[in-house]
Amino acid sequence: MTDAMPVGDRKPLPPPVDETGVVGWARKNLFSSWGNGITTIVLIAAVVWILNWFLEWALFTANFTATTGSECRGGGACWALIREKFRYIFFGSFPYQQHWRPLFAVITMLAMLVLSADRRMWNWRLLVIWGVGSFITFLLMFGQIHIPLSLILFVALAGGVIGLTLRSALAPSSERMAYYALIGIGVVGLALRIAGVLPKWSIAIAPLSYVETSLWGGLPVTLILATYGLAFAFPYGILLALGRRSNLPLIKGLCVGFIELIRGVPLISLLIMASVMLPLFLPSGTTIDKFLRAQVAVILFAGAYIAEVIRGGLQSLPKGQFEAADAMGLNYPQKTLLIILPQALRVVIPPLINTFIGFFKDTSLVLIIGIFDFLNTANQALVDPNWAGFPGEVYLFAAFVYFIFCFSMSRYSKYLEFELNKGTRR
Amino acid sequence: MRNRIVAAAAGLAVAVLGAAGTAHAGKDLDAVKSRGSVNCGVGIGTAGFMLADSQGKWKGLSVDVCRAVAAAIFGDAEKVRYVPLTSQQRFTAVQSSEVDIVMGNATYTLTRDTALGLDFTGVYYYDGQGFLVPKKLGVKSAKELNGATVCVAPGTTTELNLADYFRANKMTFKPVVIEKVDEIRSAFFSGRCDVYTTDASSLAATRAANVPPPQTFDDYVILPEIISKEPLGPVVRHGDNQFADIVRWALYAMLEAEEYSITSKNVDEMLKSDNPAIKRILGVTPGMGKALGVDEKWVYNIVKQVGNYGESFERNVGMGSPLKIARGQNALWTQGGLQYAPPIR
Repeated sequence: MTDAMPVGDRKPLPPPVDETGVVGWARKNLFSSWGNGITTIVLIAAVVWILNWFLEWALFTANFTATTGSECRGGGACWALIREKFRYIFFGSFPYQQHWRPLFAVITMLAMLVLSADRRMWNWRLLVIWGVGSFITFLLMFGQIHIPLSLILFVALAGGVIGLTLRSALAPSSERMAYYALIGIGVVGLALRIAGVLPKWSIAIAPLSYVETSLWGGLPVTLILATYGLAFAFPYGILLALGRRSNLPLIKGLCVGFIELIRGVPLISLLIMASVMLPLFLPSGTTIDKFLRAQVAVILFAGAYIAEVIRGGLQSLPKGQFEAADAMGLNYPQKTLLIILPQALRVVIPPLINTFIGFFKDTSLVLIIGIFDFLNTANQALVDPNWAGFPGEVYLFAAFVYFIFCFSMSRYSKYLEFELNKGTRR
Repeated sequence: MRNRIVAAAAGLAVAVLGAAGTAHAGKDLDAVKSRGSVNCGVGIGTAGFMLADSQGKWKGLSVDVCRAVAAAIFGDAEKVRYVPLTSQQRFTAVQSSEVDIVMGNATYTLTRDTALGLDFTGVYYYDGQGFLVPKKLGVKSAKELNGATVCVAPGTTTELNLADYFRANKMTFKPVVIEKVDEIRSAFFSGRCDVYTTDASSLAATRAANVPPPQTFDDYVILPEIISKEPLGPVVRHGDNQFADIVRWALYAMLEAEEYSITSKNVDEMLKSDNPAIKRILGVTPGMGKALGVDEKWVYNIVKQVGNYGESFERNVGMGSPLKIARGQNALWTQGGLQYAPPIR
């Protein structure tokens, strides 16, 4: 008994090797029974086989250097086609020597989106980011921007009205005076402009050659249609959702009617209406830019869907929140902006991002009105008889680019849910 | 074919809805001149006729007609603004002044020429239904196709033409009716049918682009018979006859240049030619340009910058291109084809 170790000193034996580490994990999860074991082996074999085939096709026998399609034929993937066509797929018919412009426009837009994804920017900075970003984007794309006097006056008027409504009870009198002054300048200026007293004058910023929208194509088109479509549709959708819950029968009726009308027709029909019917109702000689028409159609369409998503959020709020806001003496805009919307929007982030992702991809429907977005320039690359016959490569490439965008959005939505729900998590 | 039906329906709706399409003064040419460019509506990518190349530049036989118009009006074939249009949009776009010319590979028919407030100004390509067969079938003419299995799209004039043609020649055939173009092609190339029939230009594109390896382009032939009429023409708005004249004669000029063997290479030497017809055409003897309301060197500019019809044909759809379409009906009248330009005098 002398050699007996004290109880406390006895080292516990390590668990059996087949219970821990890689082996243990595999036993527990992959080979826990005969059936599971066989399934695992079959699936691994299938994955290896598919991967082997795919890598053989996409890498080992692939052709990266061919100069014509016929050289490519017979081997593996023809990535030389992408090499030949990638500039067209990304930028469409934009003048070839000026491709740096859409490239920087895309970079600007992405920077703008990434910056506005950060919660620390969600204040006046957001307006600055979008203002500067949009200006640079469109300056690069168009090459020249003319800002008419009436637009400046209108912005002054709108700024004044919005400022006054939001800060009516909060702002010091000097700030209020500034808003009144803005409204005054706007109203008087616009009246004079309409009466013809003020001349038709505009600020011209024209550092580059002008490139019209019919030459735009590829990724910038997809990004512009989706970004600005959703950027405008979002506030518009909020207004529609609020209007639908309004007590005023006229506003409620208009909003319900609009939402149901838009949701009742496919986006394609709206685009065809905008491109085929609308021009016939305009006086002859007047044409509205095709791109703008498509953009407006996307905004209207997305607005209706976003409105319904947001209405879900509004309805999820308990009535007490509205009543508490009323009891605080807040007016309607303040109540909505400070109490209701922050809570309602937080609830609807997953369906909202879902709508965003859907619309990002839906923009490729603009092909039916002859606008070449990213997917459609990829399609056009397939038509070239010198290079035709490799749809797999082109679509894989397009899918890859789309995936990058959609996956980033989905991850961002996850991050946002985490950030905004900090308060409710234990 | 279906697109054409949709386009026709859209066109009819448009014609019913508004006389707006037809109510134009003869201002189109003025608008083009003051704008400084011709607005040319082009179809969504069709190989050989209108397609943006790897650098994004529009190229093709149809595109060359637009370039010729610009060369005639401005002396510069590059002064064209291309507007991509789908077949549903193309006629509305020209009615509503969004474009001046539509080169959308539209078939010239009476209803389109009259009912839609549009004018066709000529035929730049005589298309028509043809037959594509594998070479190993050993067939030289459509008359030898008795008993063949034929791949065809359903519910189209193509299907009716096919039945009529075989009945008229006392032959039988087994139709394989498939809705989607891609599926028809794969059925044909995998040997499910002996013959594939649709418009000849589309057959040529299919043969150039879609033959799956290990088979090649040379394993297939397009038979010489064309069994339907699908003349493709430029479309302008009804109303401004002067502009329509320029579009019409820009195409004729390309044909006349070919007839007199004036090419983009030798046009400068041709200026010194003694032939009075060539002198008239190239503006050495003035008068033609003035009559048309353009510069006297208009044909010179067209030929120098765009080329004559034959050059454009060979470069874009003919033997110099992957499509390798034979001239056939599109040869000049002097060589047994249908392309015939009234004299420039």
